[in-house]
Amino acid sequence: MPVASTSSGQKAWMRRTTSGDLAVWAAWLAGVAIVVASFEIISQATIWAFVWDAPTQGADLIGRMFPPRWSYLDQLWKPMWDTINMATLGTGLAILLGVPVAFLAAHNTTPSALLVRPIAIFVIVASRSINSLIWALLLVVVFGPGTLAGILSIALRSIGFIGKLLYEAIEEIDRTQVEAVTATGAGRAQVLAWGIVPQIMPAFAGIAVFRWDINIREATVLGLVGAGGIGMQLQASINVLAWPQVTVIFALILVTVVVSEWLSARVRHAVI
Amino acid sequence: MLEISGLTKRYATGDLALTDVSLTVPDGQVMALIGPSGAGKSTLIRCVNRLVEPTAGRVVLNGDDITALGPAALRRARRRMGMIFQEYALVERLSVMENVLSGRLGYVGFWTSWFRRFPQKDVTEAFRLLERVGLDHMVDKRADALSGGQRQRVGIVRALMQNPELLLVDEPTASLDPKTSRQIMRLIVELCAERGLAAIINIHDVALAQSFAQRIVGLQGGRIVYDGPADGLTPSVLTTIYGEEDWSKTIAAVEDDAETELAG
Repeated sequence: MPVASTSSGQKAWMRRTTSGDLAVWAAWLAGVAIVVASFEIISQATIWAFVWDAPTQGADLIGRMFPPRWSYLDQLWKPMWDTINMATLGTGLAILLGVPVAFLAAHNTTPSALLVRPIAIFVIVASRSINSLIWALLLVVVFGPGTLAGILSIALRSIGFIGKLLYEAIEEIDRTQVEAVTATGAGRAQVLAWGIVPQIMPAFAGIAVFRWDINIREATVLGLVGAGGIGMQLQASINVLAWPQVTVIFALILVTVVVSEWLSARVRHAVI
Repeated sequence: MLEISGLTKRYATGDLALTDVSLTVPDGQVMALIGPSGAGKSTLIRCVNRLVEPTAGRVVLNGDDITALGPAALRRARRRMGMIFQEYALVERLSVMENVLSGRLGYVGFWTSWFRRFPQKDVTEAFRLLERVGLDHMVDKRADALSGGQRQRVGIVRALMQNPELLLVDEPTASLDPKTSRQIMRLIVELCAERGLAAIINIHDVALAQSFAQRIVGLQGGRIVYDGPADGLTPSVLTTIYGEEDWSKTIAAVEDDAETELAG
């Protein structure tokens, strides 16, 4: 009842009623109380001596990391190349499998909303719910350590990502363009190729390049569990406490990610 | 000749869009379909090529019962009915030529269309029609780079590429300015005359309908309430179709426009 009349007969307006105001204040109070209580619990579970020591430890670690051992770069080109290939091939495989899944999952293109669509959605959810590092852990057991496990774990994780974003794009297309192509007497496949595909091309290019960009970053980690690439070098260097080498690896990963980000931005700009 | 008999459409929501509509459009006749929003105009023309499935009734085009066809036969039948849309409904990211050639999709196989290897006679016809509507210099432009009037002309050419026996035209001028609207209507009427095509034109603008169509059908609440010549639209007829309003200005405006048309 925000509108009321004052004693002078004019209409008054407030944002909330008095009880509404009180409810909002109570909610804020409860929020603050939860934060304070949580902090208390975290504080009790923390060994504060380590936290106070952290700046010294951090400075010590950084001290060990410098100067970087640049000569180590010679041994990194091959693993870095593997990493980029893992990301690229994994993304390619995910596109091959994810695009059909997207068409099966989208409301307006699925052959059967009762049977096929739930299966496609399940594939997407299953793929998305498992991180590529966990996929790699499993696949290294199955295929043995190496880049194949890395490629497959990246592909399996990316199917869901590509499938979900693409099926949302398919559902958002302009229906009248599809209607117009249908009205010419075109077959189902032709309606797909002429009415739908042109409309989702920009979204598709953006999604594919974006996922490739993410996969470059994910591929750098997968070696930690034995799935090949630069992560293996990183783990080896950390295991022998070769911190100057770790610095070089970090620098190389940073440069690669910056380049891939620049590339994907260029591609997206070119397609739209 | 298009014969519609007893056409009824009830949507899944329970709304009755058309009730027992019967209508015959002979070859070469341009028929305007007028009526308030929600009267069932769009539903009626979409029931003809079955973009909307009719609930009951029959649609017969030159002796073939469209309503009885299976999926493959329906696709072949759709080739004979060109459709022109309100918002042009061009595939925005394809070029003018690709949009025009999409009118031939029903006649070529999937891979032929996928690789854009249309028969030379289709391409020749496309160039000829684009020249006819004054767009031959726009062949390689993307559809979304065109103005409204140009897009609608591409839409018309796409429909004609089907070599249709009938044109279904859904609010062709609703997104256009008054001058372009008249040019587009004139173009449609001329092309129908050249080819002896029948056309059903959904239109909101009563004045435009009167100046370009030979016959007017008024739809109200899914039923035909007027079917007659353009000059038979008296204020009382318009009141039956649209409801009570001062119609003298609308009808007077038509006569004024007709005079300026002649003068120009």
